[in-house]
Amino acid sequence: MDQPKQFCTFFVADRFFGVDVTRVQEVIRYQEMTRVPLASAVISGLINLRGQIVTAIEMRARLGLPPRPSDQLPMNVVVRTSEGPVSLLVDEIGDVLEMDERSLERVPETMSADAKELVSGVHKLEGQLLLVLDTDRAVNVSGTISAQSHGVLS
Amino acid sequence: MSVADTEIIKEFLVESYENLDLLDREFVALEREPAARDRIAAVFRTIHTIKGTAGFLGLPRLEALAHAGESVLSLLRDGDIDLTPSTTSALLSMVDGVRAMLKCLEASGNEGNETYASVIEILKAICERPATSDAPAPLLGEILLKAGAVDPVDLDAAIEQQKDDPRKIGEILLARNSVKPEALVDALRAQTDAHAGVSDSSIRVDVGLLDKLMNLVGELVLARNQILQFGAQRKDAAFVSTSQRLNLITTELQAGVMRTRMQPIANVWNRLPRVVRDLSVACGKQVRLELEGKETELDRTIIEAIKDPLTHIVRNAIDHGIETSSVRLAAGKSATGVLHLRAFHEGGQVNIEISDDGGGIDPDKVRKKAVQNGLVTADRALHMGDRELLRFIFMPGFSTADRVSNLSGRGVGMDVVRTNIEKIGGTVEVQSQLGHGASIKIKIPLTLAIIPALIVSSRGERFAIPQVSLRELVRLEGDQIRTGVERIHGVPVYRLRGKLLPLVYLHEVLHLVAEAPAATINIVVVRADDRQFGLVVDAVSDTEEIVVKPLGKELKSLSTFAGATIMGDGRVALILDVLGIAQRANVVSEVRDRSLAENAQESRVSGEEKQALLLFRVCKDSRMAIPLSLVARLEEFPRERLERAGAHDVIQYRGEILRLIDLRAMLGRSPIGEDEASGDLLQVVVSSENGRSVGLIVHRILDIVEESVAMKHRTSLQGILGAAIIQGKVTDLLDVHAAIRQADPDFFNQHDAA
Repeated sequence: MDQPKQFCTFFVADRFFGVDVTRVQEVIRYQEMTRVPLASAVISGLINLRGQIVTAIEMRARLGLPPRPSDQLPMNVVVRTSEGPVSLLVDEIGDVLEMDERSLERVPETMSADAKELVSGVHKLEGQLLLVLDTDRAVNVSGTISAQSHGVLS
Repeated sequence: MSVADTEIIKEFLVESYENLDLLDREFVALEREPAARDRIAAVFRTIHTIKGTAGFLGLPRLEALAHAGESVLSLLRDGDIDLTPSTTSALLSMVDGVRAMLKCLEASGNEGNETYASVIEILKAICERPATSDAPAPLLGEILLKAGAVDPVDLDAAIEQQKDDPRKIGEILLARNSVKPEALVDALRAQTDAHAGVSDSSIRVDVGLLDKLMNLVGELVLARNQILQFGAQRKDAAFVSTSQRLNLITTELQAGVMRTRMQPIANVWNRLPRVVRDLSVACGKQVRLELEGKETELDRTIIEAIKDPLTHIVRNAIDHGIETSSVRLAAGKSATGVLHLRAFHEGGQVNIEISDDGGGIDPDKVRKKAVQNGLVTADRALHMGDRELLRFIFMPGFSTADRVSNLSGRGVGMDVVRTNIEKIGGTVEVQSQLGHGASIKIKIPLTLAIIPALIVSSRGERFAIPQVSLRELVRLEGDQIRTGVERIHGVPVYRLRGKLLPLVYLHEVLHLVAEAPAATINIVVVRADDRQFGLVVDAVSDTEEIVVKPLGKELKSLSTFAGATIMGDGRVALILDVLGIAQRANVVSEVRDRSLAENAQESRVSGEEKQALLLFRVCKDSRMAIPLSLVARLEEFPRERLERAGAHDVIQYRGEILRLIDLRAMLGRSPIGEDEASGDLLQVVVSSENGRSVGLIVHRILDIVEESVAMKHRTSLQGILGAAIIQGKVTDLLDVHAAIRQADPDFFNQHDAA
C-alpha cells in the first residue's frame, strides 16, 4: 500500500498524464498507420507492431481535445490490456516518475462525469498535476461518441 | 495429491477420453459385425487399460465398473456369448459411467460417489459363466508357427515340456534349438506390436504449441513477402536467388506446420455412430451409418466449427428423413435406412455430403409453410422450382415437421447450420428427391489461418478480399466507363453477360474521401449469400496468401471487416467481409427471401414465353413497361379537362369518371419541367380490370414489343416489380396493382363492394 508506484508519463495537449508503468508494454515512435473506415473517430488506425496488429487510439479525441497540429507526429504508448496490446497516441513522452500514494487525491467532484471515468486520481507534483489515466477505460471505446461530443476535459 | 500424481492423472484422462470416443464407434460397428474379433479385442484392451490404470491410481469405483465391463468383453472375445443389442446397451452405459467418472476426476480430483451398481449388476448378469483369464496378446507359439519359423512337432513338444518347466515357451524352444534366435526376436516384436499398435510412431503435442508454431510461420510468411518485395527492387542476383530459396523453404514449412494442425474428419465422425444408434433407437427406426473418406483432413479450428452443424444435420436426417421400417417396406425400400457421409478434398476445399435414402423433403410442404410464414406470396411460390423452395429450409424458424420432437422440428436448426458454415467461409446446399431421400452438401475451406486474397485499393487505401467470395474481375476503360454503368432509380448496375449486376462503390460504402477517381473502373464481382454484386474499386493488385489476424475488440462491431493482415511492405491492410459490405450497401438487405424471389422470377421465365409489353416513359430518362394485357386503351386528353373529385385527379371518360394516377408523382420523380412536358396533352394509359378502369398518366408512350422478360434486378421501390433488359435497354417493370393500391388504397375494396 505504501510502496511507491512508478508512472510512465506523457502529455496530451497540455495535460500531463501518467499510466502505471507495469501496464506499459513499450513506448515507440510514430508508426505508419492504416486507417479503419467507419470506425469511431477515436480510433486512429492500425499499426504493425512486429507482426502483431495493434489498434491505435487517439488520446486527443478520446479526451475530447482539439486535434494535434498536422506537423506534430504522435508517440505510441503501447499498454497491455486483457484483449492484447493497444496503443495510445500521445503528444510527447515524459519521464518515469515515482509517486507516493500519499500525494494521490481523488478527482475533484466538479470534473465532468466523463472525465472522472477516464481519470482515476490526481498526483500533486511541484507546480504540476499528474492525472492518473485508467487505461482499461481509456481503451474501451464502445461508448465514445459521447466523449467526442462533450469534450471530456475541456 | 502430488504434482507427479496430477501429471499422471492428466495423462490418464487424455488417453482415456481418446479411447472412449473410439469405443463408442467400435461398439456400434460391432453390433453390425458381431463376429469381428479384432474389434472386440481392441475394445477389450482399452477397458483393460482403464481398469489397470484406475487400480494403480487408487480409484476403486472406476476399477470395479471397468472390471465388470471387461468381464463381459472377455466372454465376447472368446466367443462364449454373442453380442446382442442389450449387451451393447449395457456396455455403452458402462462406457458412459466411465466417462462420467473421468469427468468428475477431471473436475474435482476424485472419482465421485456414484457406484453404477445397477450397470455392474446388468453386466454381471450377462456373464452367466465366470470370466476366463485374459490373454490379450497372441501366443508366441502361434506367431512362430504362422511365420513358419518352427516345426509344429517341435512346438508341441515344447508346450508339453512347458508343463513341467517354469521357463517361457520362447526360452524352451531356444534351448531345444527348435527355433533360430533371429526368428524368435521377430516373433517377440510382433507380439509386442500387437499391444502397442501405432502409438510408438506418433507423439502427443500440446495444441497451444502448435498454434504458436502456426503464428510464427505466419510471421515468417510475412517476412518472406517483405524480403521478396525488397529483392524485386534490387538487382543483386545473389540476393534474389537466396530469397527464392527462402521462399521455397517457407512455403514448405508453412505446408508442413499446417499439416500438423490437420486432423482427419474421423475425429468428428467418431461420435456419430453413437449418435445415430441412440437416435434410431429413440425414434424406433433402423439406420445404417456409412462413412466414406474418414481420413480427409481439415484444420483443427474448422473441425471444431463443423462439429455441431454436422451433428444437427445427422439428427435431422434420422428424425425427419429416414422413415420407420414399416413405411420403408411399404414404399418398397429395405427396412434399414442408410445414412451416408462422404468427405473429400476438391479444389482446395473440403466437401462433406450427408445423404439419406429416406423420404426426402416434400416441396409442397415447404411451399405451404413458406406461404404460411409469409416468406413468399402464394402466387410466387407456385412458380418456384423445387430447388428454390428447398432453400427455405435454411430460413430461421422454418420447419416442415408436423410435430416437434425433443430432437428436432423446432425450426431452429438449419439456419444455424447455415450461419455456422458460412461463418467459416463455407457454403451449404440441399438436394432432395421426394421419396428417395435428401442430401446436404457442405463446402468448407481447408484452413482459416492463411487464406488467398485479392488485394485491391480504393481511394489510396488497400484492402484484401478473400478469394472464396471472389467470382471474376471486370475492367472498364475509356468509353465503357460512361456507357457500361447504367442506373435504375439511382442504383448503379452493370450488364454482366446480359444480366444486371448491382454495383457497390467501395469508397462510398466505407465513406472514403480522397483524391479523384481513377480513369478506369475496376469491378470485382463477388458473391455474398447467394447474391452477386460488383464491388467497384480504383485498382486491383495481385492475389496474395495473407495471414488473417483478428481485429481488437474496439473494432469487432464493424461488420464490414473480417480482420486485418500485414502486407509485404509491413503495413496493415483490412480484410473485407463481403457479406458485411453487401448488407451495408443493402445488396442483401432483405437477406434471403429476395434472392429466392428473384430465382422464382428467373425460373418462371425460363420457359421463354414471350409477353407483349407496352413501353413508355414516366420522365425523360426512364423506361418502363407494363404487360399489354393490362392495357385497355391509350388516350390523349387536353390538360384542361382534368378535374378533381375528393383528393383525386379525375377525368370524364365515356360517360364515367375515370380516376387518374400520375406515375411520375407516385414514383417520386421530380415534376416534368415545362420544356419537356408534352404540351397540353396528357398521355394516359387506361388499364381495366373487372369493369373498373384507371388512367395512368405517363410522359410518353414509346412502343409495344413482344419479348421474353427476364427480371434481372429487383428493387425495394413500391410499385416497381424490378428491371429487365428490353430492346437492349434497362427497363423498369411497373407493378400496376401496387401502383393503384398506393395511389388509392381503397380502389380494390370499392371494386369488391361494387
